[in-house]
Amino acid sequence: MSTFNSADIAAFNGGVWVFCEQRQGTMMPTSFELISEGRKLADELGTKLYGILLGHNIEGIAKELGGYGADGVYVCDHPLLENYTTDGYTKVICDVVAEYKPEMMLIGATNIGRDLGPRCAARLHTGLCADCTHLDVDMGIYKDFLREASTLAPEKIDGLNTAMVLGEKHDVSRDLKMTRPAFGGHLMASIICPRFRPAMATVRPGVMKKAPFDQAKADACEIIKPNFSLTEDDMDTQVVEVVKAAKKLVDLIGADVVVSVGRGISKDVEGGIKLAEELAEVLGGVVGGSRATIDSGWLSADHQVGQTGKTVHPKIYVALGISGAIQHKAGMQDSECIIAVNKNETAPIFEIADYGICGDLFKVTPMLIEAIKAAKAAK
Amino acid sequence: MKIIVCVKQVPDTSGKVAVNPDGTLNRASMAAITNPDDLNAVEAALTLKEQTGAEVVIVSMGPPPAEAMLREILARGADRAVLVSGREFGGSDTYATSQILAAAINKIGVEDDDIVMCGRQAIDGDTAQVGPQIAEKLGLPQVSYAADIKKEGDTLTIKRMLEDGYMTIKVKTPCLITCIKELNVPRYMSVGGIFECYSKPYEVFDYNTLKDDPLIDPATIGLKGSPTNILTSFTPPQKGAGMMLEGADKETCEKLAGILAAKHMI
Amino acid sequence: MDFHLTREQEMVRKMYREFAETEVKPLAEEIDEEERFPMETVEKMAKLGMMGIYFPKQYGGAGGDVLSYAMCVEELAKVCGTTAVIVSAHTSLCCAPIFEHGTEEQKMKYLPDLLSGKKIGAFGLTEPNAGTDASGQQTTAVLDGDHYVLNGSKCFITNGNVADTFVVFAMTDPKLGNHGISAFIVEKEFPGFSTGKHEKKMGIRGSSTCDLIFEDCIVPKENLLGKEGQGFKIAMMTLDGGRIGIAAQALGLGEGAVNEAIKYTQERVQFKKRLSQFQNTQFQLADMHTRMQAAQFLVYSAAMKKQNHEPYSMDAAMAKLFAAEAASDVTRRAVQLFGGYGYTREYPVERMMRDAKITEIYEGTSEVQRMVISSHLGVK
Repeated sequence: MSTFNSADIAAFNGGVWVFCEQRQGTMMPTSFELISEGRKLADELGTKLYGILLGHNIEGIAKELGGYGADGVYVCDHPLLENYTTDGYTKVICDVVAEYKPEMMLIGATNIGRDLGPRCAARLHTGLCADCTHLDVDMGIYKDFLREASTLAPEKIDGLNTAMVLGEKHDVSRDLKMTRPAFGGHLMASIICPRFRPAMATVRPGVMKKAPFDQAKADACEIIKPNFSLTEDDMDTQVVEVVKAAKKLVDLIGADVVVSVGRGISKDVEGGIKLAEELAEVLGGVVGGSRATIDSGWLSADHQVGQTGKTVHPKIYVALGISGAIQHKAGMQDSECIIAVNKNETAPIFEIADYGICGDLFKVTPMLIEAIKAAKAAK
Repeated sequence: MKIIVCVKQVPDTSGKVAVNPDGTLNRASMAAITNPDDLNAVEAALTLKEQTGAEVVIVSMGPPPAEAMLREILARGADRAVLVSGREFGGSDTYATSQILAAAINKIGVEDDDIVMCGRQAIDGDTAQVGPQIAEKLGLPQVSYAADIKKEGDTLTIKRMLEDGYMTIKVKTPCLITCIKELNVPRYMSVGGIFECYSKPYEVFDYNTLKDDPLIDPATIGLKGSPTNILTSFTPPQKGAGMMLEGADKETCEKLAGILAAKHMI
Repeated sequence: MDFHLTREQEMVRKMYREFAETEVKPLAEEIDEEERFPMETVEKMAKLGMMGIYFPKQYGGAGGDVLSYAMCVEELAKVCGTTAVIVSAHTSLCCAPIFEHGTEEQKMKYLPDLLSGKKIGAFGLTEPNAGTDASGQQTTAVLDGDHYVLNGSKCFITNGNVADTFVVFAMTDPKLGNHGISAFIVEKEFPGFSTGKHEKKMGIRGSSTCDLIFEDCIVPKENLLGKEGQGFKIAMMTLDGGRIGIAAQALGLGEGAVNEAIKYTQERVQFKKRLSQFQNTQFQLADMHTRMQAAQFLVYSAAMKKQNHEPYSMDAAMAKLFAAEAASDVTRRAVQLFGGYGYTREYPVERMMRDAKITEIYEGTSEVQRMVISSHLGVK
């Protein structure tokens, strides 16, 4: 590390790197997403893409990364790396980065990535942008993205070729433009790291698209085993156990998705609830109900959304056969995305729904379940 | 034994958030609150104080009005407060902020049986970076995402949450822990605490207080010391009024699923 | 007069508000419906010093001031009238007379547990035949060696079934009329003391209200509060302070109803307009808020005078009279703005209306307040 100087930008010609997180020998899905995204960035820069993989007895899973676009993988295998530790991983990554000098480094914004990223960036004295949802190098592509996803004036977007950095105009065309939400998503910001390398980003899992797998590229993927040293003395924390939890029950308030049913299920209560459960399952959420369903004894009281029930603000709220009485709306109107299915096109629920389908929930819901399954499989 | 807790005053982004015509945030439209995860860190510290008699010191970097937040935490039971405030510190990104806070914590002093605590992340920036970066700059081991903390002698056993489970980690003091809301339920201020909080020790560290620390250098703090720059900030296009999808058939459902997929909602 | 709150008062209000919203509001409907005393809330309030707000720390109090106490009752009442009166009766009617009239020994014996909320306090003055006319006490206390023997009964005693410590009034010398009344500190374990059945009430239904029964109840001589014959004076002084608490309760109920009405009328649509867009609604809400704001000034002014040891008897009477009548009026109007929904238990305004009514009755009816005020005016 003694010769390492993160400000010597020209020296950082080691390509784009992706920290490929594995847990218990299984690659985290986000590693493939980031390799796919990293490929795009490396191509825009005209450089190579490498994964960096840490663990113990994990060489066997390295080549698969090639199938998604990695030119090579730095494999750091050591018994002390078997479980993730901040100290062990930071030491090894920083040593290898200092040696090979990547231009950029992406890390999945998992609970581990967001522990590791800032510690490495601090040690390397470089910039890190957290939890990015969009990454660009090429200015044309970046500006197209802004035209689509921002309310910035066109002339402002056109003029984004330079940034004032310490009082001087800096050309941002080769910088990684790291875009992320702030203030709870009310504001977006594009961040650059103009003076230090590698430019680092943690990237929100699930946002980047995984490329199609290519076996030939996987076979061609180069495995590199860098030198590093790691001893017990480097370890300040001790992992006593790693516990994989069964999927825990989520309550209405904490749920990301709530699928609620209303009086509209009355002609087949059991069937209606079963459909809601199935839809909740494909969306990764829980079932709720309007007051009518609770008062009729169709669902237990803990399911009630509304004035006298619970107030929820999930990412997705699906209202099946709920008219949208004021006391129901009071409990769910702040949901990020409201989807309503109701036979009555004048139902008040449609006034606050982001997406409304006027139809019989017993017919629409099964089709919606299939469509969502298909859309998820296509991702 | 001493527990130093880092806290931040943030705009409350949970309610309605107003955006100025130029795309910046209208901070005046939002109430200033103590960052929620930081209150979990405060609660963890106060719980340890009850068990061990440790002194709880709270430290925050921010403008002078952040005093109100610090007084409220004193009213919850913390023993003394430090506000790190100075023009020289303005414009700091997470790297520079952690540099300054690390210097402030050095000034307070980290001894062998001390613990530094932070919230996992602040709701304004949502970076979760300052805690780990302070740990790096103080040379302390870190455990983030703490959902349970037990202390026996100089060893802490911490339940560190993962998306798909958790790890149990042992670490010795001194160390830094970042706390999540699953860790505890923060207590309220007490009436007695409120009527005492303005007579508890309160200090302001400015540039001159910290300037002799090796971490503090014009090239490591403020705008100049920040490796990252904001190229631009913008608001996403406003959410349109509700949209009725045509029909109620397979095609309609596929269209809706497509929209949700495009918005990364599924 | 300075109406600016101190920074501590601002903070304490913020704390009460968070506490009320998070801990008290979710229970309000349930404890009303089930007529259940919210002991879990009392335990939480105790930890936060809310059961001894304006008493010195040396006796286990929180070291706050009278206005901070009034604001506590106000903020609780905004979401739950029951919880508010629990604090008010405990503080004003039991802790206050012991603090103000007790000997050092009595204070050290009773206040730490009361002020820390380990024990709950109550006040026994009203009797079946001595309501507004409190001087007609029929409970008697006869000195017998080292103790008094009490006989008689009290009714409508707030916190009666849950309290551990009571300030009770009894006739020690019937010949002297008002001057023959004495005050006692009674523990629930004293032999011959018992409580009667829970009264079913129109409002504040979670609050405990019952009879106290004294059958040769043995009260040690050292539990005489003040001197023999000072009881009526102690009772009247205690009620002066209590009226600040009840006025604050009425204030909170009215303000709570205004808050609910503002929220609801901005959501509810009729004739394709939000109710809040109709001028009738706007004017109603303006009047309602104005009445409560005026009530707040009266309540806070009385609290500040008590804090500053200025005469406040008339101020407390005016505050209670005005706040109670305003609360009854405002909660009733809120129900009207809600229409049919307001009459259902789906929304809290009907409960607030029922709760508000009692504030015109207990700790001196509105008529008694008018008597107090006019006598201070010298009108005979």
